[in-house]
Amino acid sequence: MSQVSETTVDRPVDTSHMKVSSTNVAIEVIGMHKWYSDFHVLRDINLKVMEGERIVIAGPSGSGKSTLIRCINRLEEHQEGQIIVNGTELTADLKRIDEVRREVGMVFQHFNLFPHLTILENLTLAPIWVRGIPKAEAEATAMHYLERVKIPEQALKYPGQLSGGQQQRVAIARSLCMQPKIMLFDEPTSALDPEMVKEVLEVMISLAEEGMTMICVTHEMGFARQVANRVIFMDQGQIIEQNEPEAFFSNPQHERTKLFLSQILH
Amino acid sequence: MTDFGFVRADMVPSKPAPINTSGVGAWFRKNLFATPLDGVLTILGLVFLVWIVPPLYNFFIGHAVGPGGTVEECRLENAGACWAYISSEMEFFIYGFYDIPEQWRPNIVFALGALLLIPLLIPKVPFKRTNAVLFLLVFPVVSYFLLAGGVFGLKPIPTEKWGGLLVTLIISVVGISCSFPLGIILALGRQSKMPVIKTLCIAFIELIRAVPLITILFMASIMLPLFMPQGTTVDKLLRALVGVTLFTSAYMAEVVRGGLQAIPRGQYEAGASLGLGYWQRMYFIILPQALKHVIPGIVNNFISLFKDTSLVYIVGMKDLLEAVKTKNDTALEWQSANTATTGYLFAAMVFWVFCFGMSRYSMYMERRLNTGYKR
Repeated sequence: MSQVSETTVDRPVDTSHMKVSSTNVAIEVIGMHKWYSDFHVLRDINLKVMEGERIVIAGPSGSGKSTLIRCINRLEEHQEGQIIVNGTELTADLKRIDEVRREVGMVFQHFNLFPHLTILENLTLAPIWVRGIPKAEAEATAMHYLERVKIPEQALKYPGQLSGGQQQRVAIARSLCMQPKIMLFDEPTSALDPEMVKEVLEVMISLAEEGMTMICVTHEMGFARQVANRVIFMDQGQIIEQNEPEAFFSNPQHERTKLFLSQILH
Repeated sequence: MTDFGFVRADMVPSKPAPINTSGVGAWFRKNLFATPLDGVLTILGLVFLVWIVPPLYNFFIGHAVGPGGTVEECRLENAGACWAYISSEMEFFIYGFYDIPEQWRPNIVFALGALLLIPLLIPKVPFKRTNAVLFLLVFPVVSYFLLAGGVFGLKPIPTEKWGGLLVTLIISVVGISCSFPLGIILALGRQSKMPVIKTLCIAFIELIRAVPLITILFMASIMLPLFMPQGTTVDKLLRALVGVTLFTSAYMAEVVRGGLQAIPRGQYEAGASLGLGYWQRMYFIILPQALKHVIPGIVNNFISLFKDTSLVYIVGMKDLLEAVKTKNDTALEWQSANTATTGYLFAAMVFWVFCFGMSRYSMYMERRLNTGYKR
């Protein structure tokens, strides 16, 4: 799980044109706490994500990184503080939760494709039934995104017939078909063979280049360096340090961050 | 240079797998006489077949009295099965006491049922939705009015007169098509986060499962009228239908729950993260996978239900088995050594045909739905 990879893509990634909005807030987390029964898993999380930001969250296992992004689309419930996504505050109100989930895509470590549906059906299910888009139009959109992740020829196969890297690219395309404003990545390459990591990172980079707001929990430090505009380091359910990638990697401030980086970078 | 250094020059092309068996002799050696013990078992098996097959053949076919035969032939010393008895009493076995001139009505119901059910079961036939609506909503209504009569100038025939295979099929078809959705809803309710719904579902399931079907049928026929206002009666057939449906749905719920538990949490989460609501998630993502996992258990319940229909004699319905028993006991003109045996054999064969059919169809469906994981 906590393999750290330095995989990068071969081409240079130019982040200069990736605009971060200075006024539009995508996600705001204010004084948020979460408990798993008695265990205080997230403590006083404060985080403001502007539109167009590419944020990488790093940290040791059990530091609460995944739990944090799962709170953002309410796969996990928080007990204290506020989470506001696209101006909608997440509460127990199911309507609001669905509203947020429509605009926030999520990619999981284990892909979570629907094994009983074809790739095309995986991609069109939510657009048709959540957005009410006609089937033909949803299929055209799906094919567009499959081409973007470079596997249009797999459209009629079942997930079980694809490699891990292909499945993860389908999962990304499935989220994109809902045309979300924000994408959450929960260790998207951790379950992949080393040879397949790159093809998934390539898709994520091209998304970043188009200005998608992204939060990625990942151990891909090469990706963080190339793509992120901000790296957040978490430990014991708290944000320990955050900075621009260059400064984060070359000049970490907190002792815990230094220790973490010394162990993963050689 | 070390002696283990190696660089492959050519890739090895794939070639066909070797054929390890050749000819009948090899097959026999491998499958029947691989070891001395295998040989002994094979020979014992053959001896058993030689011992059992000829008498069975003689009883069922060789010395049996065919459909055109007379009771005198059935009474002969060596006579086998008395099929003549079955064919002469067939009407009673199928329709019970249903008025003979009106038997075209159940016939239409049978034909209509087959006409709607068969295309529903064949995956390639189109218009599945229309077909399902016709079979599950229109067909029961049409059948009821056709069978019960009292409208359109049809002679009213009370359900007490219905019987035989007709009743067996009505109870099983209604039982299966009602208990299946009810079971799914109970299973979902049992997993609900809402405490009231959850408690109600658990209470219902645990109560019904803890009681034998016979008791439920007794309750329905003897206890229910006691609670009803004086003078109201609930139809016997309806009581049996409700009893059988509730009983099976409790079992069905537990089977479906097993399937739901086999679905990884990630499937729920993926559906939720796409913005799909609870019922959409269940209908499109969770249930198709969960039900596929538990097809054997579901069909097991269907088969039990089909066989349990014979318990409705408790409330005084004459299902197929009870119809056969009644004739065995009362048809004095057909009395012979093998009459009763033949009657029960006939009932057993009818039950077997339906249950075996369900079993084979479920295996076919399992193979067909196995798309998700095949490579």
